[in-house]
Amino acid sequence: MSTITSDVIAAHQLTQPEYDKILSLLGREPTFTELGIFSVMWSEHCSYKSSRIHLKKLPTQSTRVLQGPGENAGIIDIGDGIAIAFKIESHNHPSFIEPFQGAATGVGGILRDIFTMGARPIAVMDALRFGRLDDPRTGERNRRIVEGVVSGIAHYGNCFGVPTVGGECVFDDSYDGNPLVNVFALGVFRHDEIFYGKATGVGNPVIYVGAKTGRDGIHGASMASAEFTEASKQKRPNVQVGDPFMEKLLLEACLEAMKTGAIVGIQDMGAAGLTSSSCEMGSRAGTGVEIDMELVPQRETGMTPYEIMLSESQERMLLVAERGREDEVLRVFAKWGLDAVVIGEVKDDGMLRVKDRGKVVAEISNRALADEAPLYNRPFSKPLRNAPLDGPAVHSSDLLGDLKRLLESGDLCSKHWIWEQYDYQVRTNTIAGPGSEAAVVRIKGTPTSIAMALDGNGRYCSLDPREGTKLIVAECCRNLSVVGAEPIAATNNLNFGNPERPEIMAQLVESIEGMAEACRFFETPITGGNVSLYNETLGVPIHPTPVVGIVGIVPTAKPIGIEFENEGRDVILLGGYGSSDAEQFGSSQYAKVVVECVWGAPPKLDMDYEKRVQTAIRQLVRARSVESAHDVGEGGLAVALAECCFGEKGIGVEARMSSPLSNEFLLFHEGPSRVIISTAHPDAVFEAARKNSVEAVRIGATLKSRMSVGNRTETLLDCSVQELKDVWENSLEHLLHTSVSVE
Amino acid sequence: MKFGVVVFPGSNCDHDAWYAVSHNLHQKAEFIWHDSPSLGDVDAVILPGGFSYGDYLRCGAIAKFSPVMSAIRKFAAEGGPVLGICNGFQVLVETGLLPGALVRNAGLKFICRTGPVRVETTDSVFTHQAVNGQILHLPIAHGEGCYIADEHTLDRLEGEDRVALRYLENRNGSMRDIAGILSEGRNVLGMMPHPERAADPLMGGTDGLVILSSLAEAYAGHTASHLPALKI
Repeated sequence: MSTITSDVIAAHQLTQPEYDKILSLLGREPTFTELGIFSVMWSEHCSYKSSRIHLKKLPTQSTRVLQGPGENAGIIDIGDGIAIAFKIESHNHPSFIEPFQGAATGVGGILRDIFTMGARPIAVMDALRFGRLDDPRTGERNRRIVEGVVSGIAHYGNCFGVPTVGGECVFDDSYDGNPLVNVFALGVFRHDEIFYGKATGVGNPVIYVGAKTGRDGIHGASMASAEFTEASKQKRPNVQVGDPFMEKLLLEACLEAMKTGAIVGIQDMGAAGLTSSSCEMGSRAGTGVEIDMELVPQRETGMTPYEIMLSESQERMLLVAERGREDEVLRVFAKWGLDAVVIGEVKDDGMLRVKDRGKVVAEISNRALADEAPLYNRPFSKPLRNAPLDGPAVHSSDLLGDLKRLLESGDLCSKHWIWEQYDYQVRTNTIAGPGSEAAVVRIKGTPTSIAMALDGNGRYCSLDPREGTKLIVAECCRNLSVVGAEPIAATNNLNFGNPERPEIMAQLVESIEGMAEACRFFETPITGGNVSLYNETLGVPIHPTPVVGIVGIVPTAKPIGIEFENEGRDVILLGGYGSSDAEQFGSSQYAKVVVECVWGAPPKLDMDYEKRVQTAIRQLVRARSVESAHDVGEGGLAVALAECCFGEKGIGVEARMSSPLSNEFLLFHEGPSRVIISTAHPDAVFEAARKNSVEAVRIGATLKSRMSVGNRTETLLDCSVQELKDVWENSLEHLLHTSVSVE
Repeated sequence: MKFGVVVFPGSNCDHDAWYAVSHNLHQKAEFIWHDSPSLGDVDAVILPGGFSYGDYLRCGAIAKFSPVMSAIRKFAAEGGPVLGICNGFQVLVETGLLPGALVRNAGLKFICRTGPVRVETTDSVFTHQAVNGQILHLPIAHGEGCYIADEHTLDRLEGEDRVALRYLENRNGSMRDIAGILSEGRNVLGMMPHPERAADPLMGGTDGLVILSSLAEAYAGHTASHLPALKI
């Protein structure tokens, strides 16, 4: 056995004080296996040691919350005895090292988090961030990463049989060396079908089920807790390999086994594999867990206890069954052709005890591993900010040309190239899929549908993490309200750089505080999520990129789309023109794409006004007083109006406005709290606006196949819808398949 | 009329097919596990979409060895109607119940998209309720749906009026735009588009019901009296 030197400690990414804490908890020197176990459980990825103090600021409770943070996923009551479980999780680091498998296993991991609780997954969404595709230096690599990540997600989700119903995708230099892959999953079950990751009942058997253990993914959790360097390429063997077919069998077998009533606790083996599942289940129940390495199904020979405990082989679960009834459980797994083996039992001593060939190779208190990880209140200063406060004066000589540049930009163009690779319909519940304002999935056998959306905006957050984060929570809730849903709960994925740098830590703290304020205001408690830190390559951090996934409920009905449905309808801007100034305009897509520099501050958000706009649009959509509804988001009013024209019927718009804003600001500013509506009942819209004390301005009417926009007497944009749609629809494919040569 | 929906390990549209025939069409329907040597008393069999046995080796290649396929061969030989959808179509060509093969899409990518498909013959239990030339808007969702066969087979399929459905927008590169074909006895239909996904107005259309209800009407006699309980 290796002696534990300071090099060995450093190689496990433990600091000397952390090692000293291990010594005092154990009262002796750890074995090599124990050191490995501590290193993964105390990694940033598993222990949230840098973020835990601040995460406590988030609201986590409401009358609907059945399970808040701390379990595999949060659980929300949606009425009629039905509940949903959902969470978002990142697989950023593996996806950079090996895009296809990294993204695929990201999907696999979050799906297990959902069905380990007893819920059947019914929807997946993804938030993706990549470097620029047209960068002459890195574009080719970035394009390869996009291809790999998208096909990895498709491969896993399609085969498993869960629809990928939505998401978002942004391209920015900031993610050049550090793409983000955040996967959200949601499942549904009855209240009496909920299972927890608890190893209760002393003497109960501990059962290992699913794929055999190999050497893949050893130290994946610690890899995800360090910055990237040139040497990271050597970490490719740390990336796990996924098998969605195995996971599908595991899903069906687990749900069937749960129905036997013989399972008392179950947890998936995700990050830190057998280690985290065993000690967390023991810790939650206040029990001990004893397991024997010789009994663990292995697909490689000569594996050491260290390797078995730290392996992150995919598609595995650990469960505890009622003593004497284990055969009922084993029989179900045999039916599905899966390994299921009793590898140990629940003890009364609170210890994780690992045996190998009759010898104890690790013996640590479960509580020490799961709950006594170091907790850091890392110093923070002012948030890192690279952008200037002031930017150039904005004056356009070609507004239509600017609109086209925006519509063909990576962030704003159609993402159908991505989502057509995903099976977004399987399970026949998707009533609004990708490309919608928010995804809507019905729950068969109930009158209820679930609406869900993901939002993130690293650009806003890089300028002001607090206000930027409030804006994304507001936008996500707005997306749900526009499809008629009432937002009820949220999950978050906090993607940041190295927390040991005070200016990065400050981004994290301000973002969490902004999120707490907004989630409290919009009554969307955070029921779980994920923190991904150290997203830096060669010392360059990503934009602070919190991503929120918010879910809402809506009575099941044919959805109202974003696109105009009929000619001759009134087009109304609910919420009014909004306001902007030279500083706020610097955070817009117009600044990024057309001016090619970002400055200033994010748009100003009045949360109270925002909430009233959301109430108004929700009422209007539910009453079916509108034919289409689309929120004004990135790219501003002009981009949103164009998107309203991109329906199959090609209905256009003639808008004649009367705004004091400059032409550029009017068309492209990104002020929140605005929704474009087309309606045959304008009076109902004005009435709803009046009741909720928000503005509603009739800006024009729909017409056939042309988009024409003017302010006062001046025509600003005039173009055929098809010409704009062509630019928007095919851009991503062009960006991906045009090679850019270095001049 | 009673439908049997086969469940292979890795089937993932089994529940969708079951729901479409039981809840949208109000027919009796039950699942048939892959290692079942018999089909029970069903009047028609659906081989659903998905990834049977992980689609390892080749799509449908392992499924053809499962015990239930022997029963289905016998059922088909006796004239029983068999509808293979997506992966089910792949299983049928691997089994030899239908000619040709299904290979990687021309663009090498999985495609999920709803598009127009034309009914080429109404002379079958699956299409007799349609009008010849009727356009159905049906979703496809597959990575390996490019239909290929030798010229002789293709000519024969056309000559015998066995091309049931053709794509008007051929995105997977299928030869002669073939989306679905019939067996010689016209009682086996394999199709890549998913009729069960177009069986509910909430899902964006009901064009797929023409196929399912043609089958139901052909074997009408005992209609389910009540909806089966729905498990979530």
